[in-house]
Amino acid sequence: MTEPTESGYTAAAEVGATRTRRSRGERWWLALKKAPLSAWFGMIVIAAYVIVALFAPWLAPYKEDQIFATPFAAWDETHRFGTDQIGRDILTRLIYGARNTMGIALATTILSFIIGGGLGLIAAINRSWLDQLLSRTTDVIMAIPGLIFALMLLSIFKPSVMSLIFIIAVLDSTRVFRLTRAVAINVAVMDYVEVARLRGEKLGWVMRREILPNIMPPLVAEFGLRFSFVFLTIAALSFLGVGIQPPTADWGSMVRDNASLIQFAQYDLKAGITPLLPAAAIGLLTVAVNFVVDWFLHKTSGLRDEH
Amino acid sequence: MNTNSKMTGVIHSPDSNSSDESTAPLLDMRNVHIEGFSDEKWHPIIKGVDLRLERGQIMGLIGESGAGKSTLGLAAMGFARAGCRFTQGEVLFDGEDILKLKESKRRKLWGTRIAYVAQSAAAAFNPAHRLLDQTIESANRSQLRAENESRKDAVELYDSLHLPDPENIGARYPHQVSGGQLQRVMTAMAMSARPDLIIFDEPTTALDVTTQVEVLASMREIVEKHNTAAIYITHDLAVVAQMADVIKVLRYGEEVEEAETRTMLSSPREEYTRSLWSVRALEKPEEKGEDIVLSMQNIDAAYGRVPVLFGININLPRGKTVAVVGESGSGKSTAARVITGLLPPSKGSIVFNGETLPAALKDRTAEQLQRIQMIYQMADTAMNPRQTVEEIIGRPIEFYHGITGSAKQNRIAELLRMIELDESFLDRLPSELSGGQKQRICIARALAAEPDVIICDEVTSALDQIVQEGILKLLLRLQEEFGISYLFITHDIATVKAISDEIVVMFQGKVVEQGLKSDILSPPHPEYTELLLSSVPEMDPDWLTGLLESRS
Repeated sequence: MTEPTESGYTAAAEVGATRTRRSRGERWWLALKKAPLSAWFGMIVIAAYVIVALFAPWLAPYKEDQIFATPFAAWDETHRFGTDQIGRDILTRLIYGARNTMGIALATTILSFIIGGGLGLIAAINRSWLDQLLSRTTDVIMAIPGLIFALMLLSIFKPSVMSLIFIIAVLDSTRVFRLTRAVAINVAVMDYVEVARLRGEKLGWVMRREILPNIMPPLVAEFGLRFSFVFLTIAALSFLGVGIQPPTADWGSMVRDNASLIQFAQYDLKAGITPLLPAAAIGLLTVAVNFVVDWFLHKTSGLRDEH
Repeated sequence: MNTNSKMTGVIHSPDSNSSDESTAPLLDMRNVHIEGFSDEKWHPIIKGVDLRLERGQIMGLIGESGAGKSTLGLAAMGFARAGCRFTQGEVLFDGEDILKLKESKRRKLWGTRIAYVAQSAAAAFNPAHRLLDQTIESANRSQLRAENESRKDAVELYDSLHLPDPENIGARYPHQVSGGQLQRVMTAMAMSARPDLIIFDEPTTALDVTTQVEVLASMREIVEKHNTAAIYITHDLAVVAQMADVIKVLRYGEEVEEAETRTMLSSPREEYTRSLWSVRALEKPEEKGEDIVLSMQNIDAAYGRVPVLFGININLPRGKTVAVVGESGSGKSTAARVITGLLPPSKGSIVFNGETLPAALKDRTAEQLQRIQMIYQMADTAMNPRQTVEEIIGRPIEFYHGITGSAKQNRIAELLRMIELDESFLDRLPSELSGGQKQRICIARALAAEPDVIICDEVTSALDQIVQEGILKLLLRLQEEFGISYLFITHDIATVKAISDEIVVMFQGKVVEQGLKSDILSPPHPEYTELLLSSVPEMDPDWLTGLLESRS
């Protein structure tokens, strides 16, 4: 250390932003404590879904594809929510459906982020013909209505879980690509990225270490939203019969399979509600995820709460 | 005693008001306390400051960054930024405590009786509206006068602020005028409703010297003409000396001292104030160097089809400092980009250590890159906000020299000591450092590469003066120890005097002259050098008046 100057100035004593050091855990706890009710609701619902999905074989009263004698059985002790059109227990299939639908949606979302995020970063850094090529290809894909395009592709490739994941991931990655490219361009012009390039860093380093950490908040928020949309797309495709194939339980196809029960609502309200249960499961999760995403977006938007 | 009254002959000094005991001051802030919320706690920002301002008086608020100048300036409007609150005290404006008023009442005062001129005019204007519409908005809103009168008045204001083509400039959008012009339009906007008080928050900090002089002169003139009181916030003492009748020095949210400008400049009471004053005394004895480490030979460069540099020749002697001066747009930074390879020149070559460097960045070897490092003006944006000090300094060590593990740790610690910081900074993020510390970390990052040449692009211009002095001393010491050559880009002549051996003057993409510091700084000068040198504000409160007289 050098001698302080006459004015008592030393570099180390300069007032920086005062900040207490907190571990990651403490910071999370602080953020959670200040989370609004809606976010708490969302987190609890998501946690419940995750638990159900993880422990499905233990929570479910029967096996996923176990068939009982009476189809469309009424709600009673043995079958809490009755049975479906070929006599499978609805509650069991709801529980397994959480696992299948959420698992596939998660895999799809992750894959679409790897594709869209990676290409978006490359396009943002490169900004040459490659950016043009990628961006215009994206435009073309986005110009075709998503659900119809997915239906077409699924009828070309045999509908299987793998092709479902891959097709939806590719179609969805266009949105991720656009977002990543847009936010990454803002970061790619920062001086510190130029510093890295002047140092001679390779593309991989610039992508991973310089840009990615700085665009995480919008990407995480988008991840939550995309997850909801993928989820709905899968449910829609399953409802149309090209999604997840039987006997694998999934909420979308459960709605379709039991849709005819709705007309019995005039005789037995419970039976009428039955096809709405998987639909409600889808809706509740979507709302919950969006609550959490909203909170996260607000938290990272940098807006200060007015006190 | 009052600089302004001297110039115009209009007497509106504090004396004329204080003779009449019944007249309350225009603004009377008493024991103001403001707290800011950060890090889950309330921290005091302003700790009990009193401020009295008479009608027509101009007060300069000075202090280093973080002293609470801007917060106090806004407090004079009865406004606290989001995340800040008043905890104590009162702000009497025209005898009324505006803190007790309802928000809607206070809003009525803003823009009409109290106006605000922000630091960055470019950020403060709405890019979607024409300048004239924005200028008269507050006068319109308060229905002060008919709209077409306001428009006519705005044109007159533009004219008296010496804006070019005052009749039509209002039809332009903010991005169509220069920074200095925009700052003047903002002054016109503040004046439009003929307020009693204007808060100027560092209005000329972002401008280069030659523009600054024009803006200062027109601001002073218009404020005097309409007998408007003003609070002028800045960290540049020379600027405040031109503008203010009284100066108040702030530090850590408290008042250090307040006195009339002349008294304050000639005999400051406090040790701290004296230290602020003495900063500009730093000067390095020049040395001539024969061994040229880097030379730009006959460089032409262009952004796309727009040519920016024309036949640039700059020689950098080993272990010496060459200062490149010129106003913004003169091509200084472009020259730096050409050297680094970010912008390959369209003609000419760069010779480094006797060999010609490949023009483009991607063709250069790691060793060539390592030997030329660059330090940026804005240390904030030059460091990745998500990387710790350890990662920032450690990366070049690992990247260029392949040093890892404990050897790397030792080297980082050594570098931190070199820049007068210590190991407690290792795990900090850039957001946890002060402006000066950030710039020091950037210097350490450049040093870590062990370069021959460091290009310093306006490295001190975003810092206040005490911190500037510290950084300049550090750079000089490092040069002595390691024989590094600096290409020092700046528009601040005081910095040039402090650090350079040779000076290159640039104007409109051409080199006007290059030579030893003493040669360049002593007359006779080429015309542009003369303008540049004479535009540098001096601590003498009569400087601006004298300069304007000599120029007219």
